[in-house]
Amino acid sequence: MKRLIYLDNAATTRLDPEVFLKMQPYFTEFYGNPSSIYQFAQKSAGVVEEARVELASAIGAKPQEIYFTGGGSEADNWAIKAAAEAYQEKGKHLITSKIEHHAVLHTFEYLQRQGYDVTYLDVNEDGIVDLEQLRASVRPDTILISIMAANNEIGTIQPVAKIGEIAREAGVLFHTDAVQAFGHIPLDVEEMKIDLLSASAHKIHGPKGVGFLYARKSVKLSSLIHGGAQERGKRAGTHNVPGIAGFAAASKRAREKMIETMEKETRLRDYLISRVEEEIPFTVVNGHRTSRLPNNAHFCFRFIEGESMLILLDEAGICASSGSACTSGSLDPSHVLLAIGRPHEIAHGSLRLTLSEQTTKEELDFVVEELKKTIERLRNMSPLYEDFLKKEAKEDAPCIAKK
Amino acid sequence: MYSKKVMDHFKNPRNMGEIEDAKGVGTVGNAKCGDIMRMYLDIDENGVIKEAKFKTFGCGAAIATSSMATELVTGKTVQDALKVTNRAVMEALDGLPAVKVHCSLLAEEAIHAALWDYAKKNGIVIEGLKEPVEDIEEIEAV
Ligand SMILES: Cc1ncc(COP(=O)(O)O)c(C=O)c1O
Ligand code: FES
Repeated sequence: MKRLIYLDNAATTRLDPEVFLKMQPYFTEFYGNPSSIYQFAQKSAGVVEEARVELASAIGAKPQEIYFTGGGSEADNWAIKAAAEAYQEKGKHLITSKIEHHAVLHTFEYLQRQGYDVTYLDVNEDGIVDLEQLRASVRPDTILISIMAANNEIGTIQPVAKIGEIAREAGVLFHTDAVQAFGHIPLDVEEMKIDLLSASAHKIHGPKGVGFLYARKSVKLSSLIHGGAQERGKRAGTHNVPGIAGFAAASKRAREKMIETMEKETRLRDYLISRVEEEIPFTVVNGHRTSRLPNNAHFCFRFIEGESMLILLDEAGICASSGSACTSGSLDPSHVLLAIGRPHEIAHGSLRLTLSEQTTKEELDFVVEELKKTIERLRNMSPLYEDFLKKEAKEDAPCIAKK
Repeated sequence: MYSKKVMDHFKNPRNMGEIEDAKGVGTVGNAKCGDIMRMYLDIDENGVIKEAKFKTFGCGAAIATSSMATELVTGKTVQDALKVTNRAVMEALDGLPAVKVHCSLLAEEAIHAALWDYAKKNGIVIEGLKEPVEDIEEIEAV
């Protein structure tokens, strides 16, 4: 088989084989329903409660503040809709940013249709929210501030603790979508004054389809799914026991080696970014240079389009992603790239490479070489590049004549 | 997601490049996704397309349709080239995913724009050819 270089770890990660082993018994051996009374089911109930303890301690929370969900999108929807519903007597104003994941943005758009008023904060060129604008946007009827911990496209990490402080001072709830941050960088709901937090297992080498919502004890949290008594009656449905066991195992693993992984990935990420910047002309690096997820590298290559780049990289066995309009299904370029001020045609040539702890320097060297070839090939096909070269030649002509 | 033929034309594009002093050159853009296609035509005194070349800034489907369009118009008279519609290009490629149909319109319009340029330069009227639009969103896919 052709070798595969997987650099799309922001999309999803490989389930770690050891995590898989921790999940296995709960499929075939201890398959009891954790809500059942007999001893056999206690194994399943036990692993769910142990997982709650692990995940709570990963963010400095209490176990009873963790609610299991079917993933990050569900946790985002729940946090935002529940806060909007529970606090509507105080007001109907909500604040978020322009670069949130669609799980957050589309939920806010839904609430707007229900009569809520939403402020979408700008970000600067690095993708960091404007704290002054945030402060100025808070009104007496503001009930929620929702700002992601780290961006899934450009990797920028927000000043979460500062946002938490502004929210706390203003007496407004603070939700953060930490799907890309959880297990990758340190998070602490006390230090950062976070009231609601969403996380997902499959971004940290855990299973897909399981996540959690952290909700501070003092937060009024309305039920998401009505039914049985699971999750304190707020999210009914028989627990995904193997998934929850896997989430906890993945979290534990990520926590134990977080510093080591961060150092390793940061080194490789910076190596990749600097090689690409030095060796590929007309390249823009997106996202903050240092306040950035250790595994994220994001570029725009001028004069070319992202989908064709992805297909050619795929031919070379490289898995990557792009925020190009042509790859989006909706044919809109990435809202994140537009928000950081990239014009349409530059956003077109975007490429996201997200590493894992398994990524090697040798793989990245191969990727840079393939990338150079791919980009040159597509630029040779590009009428924009042709026009650019002709314009350059014209502008340079007098200088050449002088020589 | 793409047919074998699309992938073949994308990976091994036919007639990619420029024609110097081409008899007709047309550039069209697509505001929907921001892509641009340029078509160069070399047309002889009998009105037969001797050579067609393209440059495209766009997705895999846009590159493949450009490539296929140049193949389809080569050897045709100007009148016959007008009959190379986006549908014909798509069929020749064994179809395109629904979200990519508009990319094939880019190819049709690029041919028309190049023919328009040829007609204008030579002071002739090509029956049935309309002035190309700036942005293909103004036309409906067939
Ligand atoms: C920032 C962010 N939020 C939410 C999600 C959705 O998470 P899930 O796929 O677990 O629903 C993702 C993953 O794509 C994400 O990157
Ligand atoms: S040209 Fe943009 S989607 Fe095909």
